[in-house]
Amino acid sequence: MTISIDSKDSNTKSLQPKGWLRYFSFSLDHKVIGIQYLICGFLFYLIGGTLASAIRIELASPMSDFMPRDVYNQVLTLHGTIMIFLWIVPVVNGAFGNYLIPFYVGARDMAFPRLNAVAFWLIPPSGLMLVASYFVEGAAQAGWTAYPPLSITTPQSGQIIWIMSVLLLGGSSIFGGINFIATIIKLRRPGLKLMQLPMYCWAMLGTSLLVVLSTPVLAGTLILLSFDIVAHTGFFNPVLGGNVVVYQHLFWFYSHPAVYIMVLPAFGLVSEILPVHSRKPLFGYTTMVFSIMGIVVLGLVVWAHHMFTSGTPPWMRLFFTIATAFIAVPTGIKFFNWVATLWGGKISINSAMLFSCGFIINFVFGGITGVALAQVPFDIHVHDTYFVVAHFHYIVYGGTVFIIFSSIYHWFPKVTGKLMSEKLGIIHFSITFIGFNLCFAPQHWLGLNGMPRRVAEYDPQFQFVNQISSVGALLMAISTIPFLVNIFLSIKNGKDSGDNPWNALTPEWLTSSPPPVENWEGEAPLVEEPYGYGKPINQEN
Amino acid sequence: MLNKNFYLILIISAVFGISFWIGFNVNLLPVEASINAPIYDELFKILFIIGLIIFIGMTIAVIYSLFKFRKRKDQYGDGIALEGNLSLEIVWTIIPSIIVLIIGLYSYNIYDRMGGMKELNHSHEMMTSNTEKIWAGISQASNNEFASNNLSVEVSAMQFAFLFNYPKGKFISGELHVPVDHKVSMKMESKDVIHAFWVPEFRIKQDIIPGQPTVLNFTPTKVGKYPIICAELCGPYHGGMRASIIVEEESDYKDWFNKNTKTEVSL
Repeated sequence: MTISIDSKDSNTKSLQPKGWLRYFSFSLDHKVIGIQYLICGFLFYLIGGTLASAIRIELASPMSDFMPRDVYNQVLTLHGTIMIFLWIVPVVNGAFGNYLIPFYVGARDMAFPRLNAVAFWLIPPSGLMLVASYFVEGAAQAGWTAYPPLSITTPQSGQIIWIMSVLLLGGSSIFGGINFIATIIKLRRPGLKLMQLPMYCWAMLGTSLLVVLSTPVLAGTLILLSFDIVAHTGFFNPVLGGNVVVYQHLFWFYSHPAVYIMVLPAFGLVSEILPVHSRKPLFGYTTMVFSIMGIVVLGLVVWAHHMFTSGTPPWMRLFFTIATAFIAVPTGIKFFNWVATLWGGKISINSAMLFSCGFIINFVFGGITGVALAQVPFDIHVHDTYFVVAHFHYIVYGGTVFIIFSSIYHWFPKVTGKLMSEKLGIIHFSITFIGFNLCFAPQHWLGLNGMPRRVAEYDPQFQFVNQISSVGALLMAISTIPFLVNIFLSIKNGKDSGDNPWNALTPEWLTSSPPPVENWEGEAPLVEEPYGYGKPINQEN
Repeated sequence: MLNKNFYLILIISAVFGISFWIGFNVNLLPVEASINAPIYDELFKILFIIGLIIFIGMTIAVIYSLFKFRKRKDQYGDGIALEGNLSLEIVWTIIPSIIVLIIGLYSYNIYDRMGGMKELNHSHEMMTSNTEKIWAGISQASNNEFASNNLSVEVSAMQFAFLFNYPKGKFISGELHVPVDHKVSMKMESKDVIHAFWVPEFRIKQDIIPGQPTVLNFTPTKVGKYPIICAELCGPYHGGMRASIIVEEESDYKDWFNKNTKTEVSL
């Protein structure tokens, strides 16, 4: 397989534009595609963030006074959909996966470069289509979960465009997943064993299995839903004898694994970053691998914990409680192992490290509320309230988005050959960490005391706490400024980083920064110990 | 060495002490107004304390490592080449498993005490036909014992209101009036999209589903007026979909009930 790619490369490369223009081309280079994913995702993050700001402005006062009520529902639907399908999933999987996996397995590109480019180029049009649906007849307004019958009865064009867009994004995700599995299993450099791979490969292998197993279920479900909307079939329409709860089962069969599709790659990335900056081997490599696979298996059998108030039978509630709570065990192992990785190291406290440690603290908090939410009697009170909103933002923002920023600080020198400003990075981290916790910690109390989610108006006694939350959201919005300034200044005037500024041992640092088109000038090096810090042979200097 | 262990024990007991103190002294929940509420709050307290211990412990561990093991200016080279410790890893696999299992069994016990594990009885007066499949929410207390004393209400939800039908009084109300310390049985059905019936002070919630009746039983314990909140996104006015539940002394409730029954009949 590798040979055929190599022979074609020489033909196609001459057609590829050079310089910054290549980021706007149908490039087959995995490094270019990775950066395309990252920048495209970040632009959608800015759109999704603007929508989040609109939500927090609306909720700064108890009355629905900032925007019309149906627009508010469109805003929250688009916010959720954009942040999940156009920012987090493409970036932690597509961006970092494409950039790093071929280096980690010692390949010159992904297994299927064309499929890879197609997977990326599905994203901008479907994202733009989703955003543009607002101007047709209003965007979808049934929430990102699109529960029927609400999604059948709201204006149809928005909902149908939403379905088409999510189908395309799901397709992109499946193409990516197949590509990662093939690359990790089949394109490893001769002599490189599976148990010698950097942890991010294992995380991506697990994630891609989840993508390939569960995304088709979402696709099938949404196709049935679109039949209900346009062809008036009755799969989920109770008026025609359909069952609305069946939709919820099918939807969450994908959408709970989707949580792991969003956090497992982040677990992989943090496992790369912590050992480098604390100058210690990753603690417990084998248990880390097994805990990833444990999360993959358990992640497939916990979906009904989203439906404890839907009227599921008692035995089912009990099963899903136990299964969900047990995910805390493999996840806990990973967190203990990361703290053990820090223990006794020689830690450089820099932006990448701060964001990673912020991730550990935030995610532990979100994980604890997660175990609580898994308990049926606990969940029955707080289901569909701001408690849940706070919980999942601790997981996806406090967890994954912190790791995205950490990874950008960590791999920026790899991509550009320049160092980022640590001063601006620490300012970015401080504002993000304070703003994030100020925004979401109070929402736990709101949920416990009677504020449901997805509302444009609420009881006046919740106003003060909501305003604290809105101030936090404002800080989060402001924190983007030092980050963007840092990126642009560093690209323009950043200090030269050299090939390996962190003295890291993982394979992507064993070539020049930025890397050549073929990744290595000669043979890919065989890295048997990607975390061999502290061993005499690898001693720094 | 003794000194080191002493500090470790001191820190661990401080973490436990602080967590227990916060768990017992900080109340994050609204008033307890049903039989379910104190049971729920008991579970909440336990989960809160365990969560605080883990969270504070992990946070201290991370921040301490960052300070203690930070690279000093004069330091070069790597940390120790420690790649793992099997016994330690087994410990932090088994201990969380046991904690999770205990929490699971405990919450099963809580759920059982709330009446969640009970099969709903077909002889229940509301379920007129045995073939009709009804999905249960929580059913507090036995269905048979108090069947005659139960207050049965039929709830219908629509965009964006709740209606409460009192079959015995043959009238419909927009407010739910119930006598204190009496079990209330509700059969709920939606006319259009999915809604949810939530009373935060009662710690109960159940979706109201179109085409699929659901049942929710509860026993209020405190006189007062509490909000009924729709918790499932149901359209533009979802945030305004509210009703009130008025828990009153039995005599007051009877007055209200008779007043409404009479006017209905006279019309």
